[in-house]
Amino acid sequence: MPLLSKDFWYTARGDSIRRRSFTLALVLPGMLCLAVFLAAPCVSLLLLSLATRGEFGTIHWTTLTLENYKRLIGFNLFGWSPDFLFIMLRSLREAFATTLACVILSYPLSFFIASRKSSFARFVWLILLTVPFCTNVVIRTYAWQLILGPGNPLARLASFLTLQPPGAPLYPGLFAVYLGMITTFLPFTALPLYASIERLNWWLPLAAKDLYSSNWLIFKQAILPQTFHGLYVGVIITFVPAMAMYVVTDILGGAKYMFVGNIIQHQFSQARDWPFGAALSLALMALTLISFWIFKTSRITRQGEMY
Amino acid sequence: MQRFRLGLPFALLSYFCIILLYAPSVAVVFFSVNDTRFGLSWRGLTLEWYRKLFENQYILEAARNSLLVAAVSTVVATVLGTALALGLSRFRKPGALDLFVNLPIVVPDIIMAVALTMAFSLLRAFSSLFDMGFFTLITSHVTFQISFVALTVRSRLATLDKNLDLVARDLYAYMFYSFTRVTLPLLTPAILAGAMLAFTLSLDDFIISFFTHGPDSVTLPIFIYASVKRGITPEIHALSTVMLTATVVLIILVERLTTTLGNRSRRVARKRILEAKALKEAGAAA
Repeated sequence: MPLLSKDFWYTARGDSIRRRSFTLALVLPGMLCLAVFLAAPCVSLLLLSLATRGEFGTIHWTTLTLENYKRLIGFNLFGWSPDFLFIMLRSLREAFATTLACVILSYPLSFFIASRKSSFARFVWLILLTVPFCTNVVIRTYAWQLILGPGNPLARLASFLTLQPPGAPLYPGLFAVYLGMITTFLPFTALPLYASIERLNWWLPLAAKDLYSSNWLIFKQAILPQTFHGLYVGVIITFVPAMAMYVVTDILGGAKYMFVGNIIQHQFSQARDWPFGAALSLALMALTLISFWIFKTSRITRQGEMY
Repeated sequence: MQRFRLGLPFALLSYFCIILLYAPSVAVVFFSVNDTRFGLSWRGLTLEWYRKLFENQYILEAARNSLLVAAVSTVVATVLGTALALGLSRFRKPGALDLFVNLPIVVPDIIMAVALTMAFSLLRAFSSLFDMGFFTLITSHVTFQISFVALTVRSRLATLDKNLDLVARDLYAYMFYSFTRVTLPLLTPAILAGAMLAFTLSLDDFIISFFTHGPDSVTLPIFIYASVKRGITPEIHALSTVMLTATVVLIILVERLTTTLGNRSRRVARKRILEAKALKEAGAAA
């Protein structure tokens, strides 16, 4: 065993049984918890999605069919109507739009915070971003109902501009959903982005400026690739929960603006159709992973990784 | 790093973002001291709703449940998560294990809730312990908290000098002693930060609790959600204001704690290394 190197810390093949079992004992309880309550059921969702629903919401495991997936892509008793596909595409579109809006707002915001001179000012701005990040999503969402309620300034303004009849609230609707989504996820995008902007190497954009590059080129070639890591983390932790959003669309969206999350919840509660719910969950996972993969292989990502 | 100047549009946009983020909270606080039961117009200041809040049996019970679940699950998750982080750091290539630990962070909430519901309904066949209630609620909270605690502790472990452990052993401090006197004190800020994070996550969690709670274990977010569906009363605004205040206090505490403890433990670590080196040199000389 090499002495005086950090190799001593790691468990190696030649280690004593006592040391190895110590490592195992440290890892085992946590891993067991994750395996039994999360990983195993995630895998068994696959099996569940092939089962069928019994008369009173019971599950029939014996007859495995692809019926749930057929229903998912729109085949039902009355022919073909792609309602579920539409809802999935809507979730995808709205999650994408939310992420884009958050990124567009986060860049100037993070640059502004990074440009504050005193470290105390930066600390305060960061706390200002962290507090909404940690406050309860149910509270923040229902509070928008108060702001957008009938007779309040925003609703009055909308009626004045003849966007809606007077005396009506601004929710439920697409505007309210976007407002709720963007305010929920803005800190998710801004915080990781700020972390990488704070560490930016400013000599690169300065050199670009010396070489007479335009502002846009400076941003694209000398700044964007450097902030790529933060952008990547921010986009992931915004897009994944935005796809699966349930609370905001439920409270501010109403029945016309349901997301996949809302139908999944419906299958597991009122409808008591677990197998179909499982199929929907898997479809949501697949959709998230695919859009992820597209993002990972896109041009901007490859550029960032090259850097 | 040199600071740079940005134009007015940047400042305006940033303030606009902050207004967007805080408008809901301000509205809640505003309506919690508004002297009207219905309607949304200002009728004067009152603390009536706060008084009613502390007389409402259901709210008090939900608050007690929330705190109980958060406290128990945080303690369990902190122990398990710290052990997990320590164990994982001993693998040279954690590979698949790594992915496994990060599962609760990458899997969307609702799918995790569905998976937990599945697990409990299957386990119910073996034991009535898995009927929806406190046990299932705490178990599901622990399941997602573990990864967050492990993540926080691991990021600190990564910056730790692994030779410290070796030095301690070189000085005849065996496993337990070296762990309690060297490794653990250095990790304390990260463990506390992880525990605080876990506590906040548990208090704020809605979707997973919504799926796995029982009739006897309604927590505050579930109670608020149910009231939103029934029709909001001003007591809910008061309750939300109390919760918002608690969150702000918790966050500021975490920030203060991690910075001061971080600085102190860095000082202690430096001192210990110097001491150890001096001892070794003394030993070599003798």
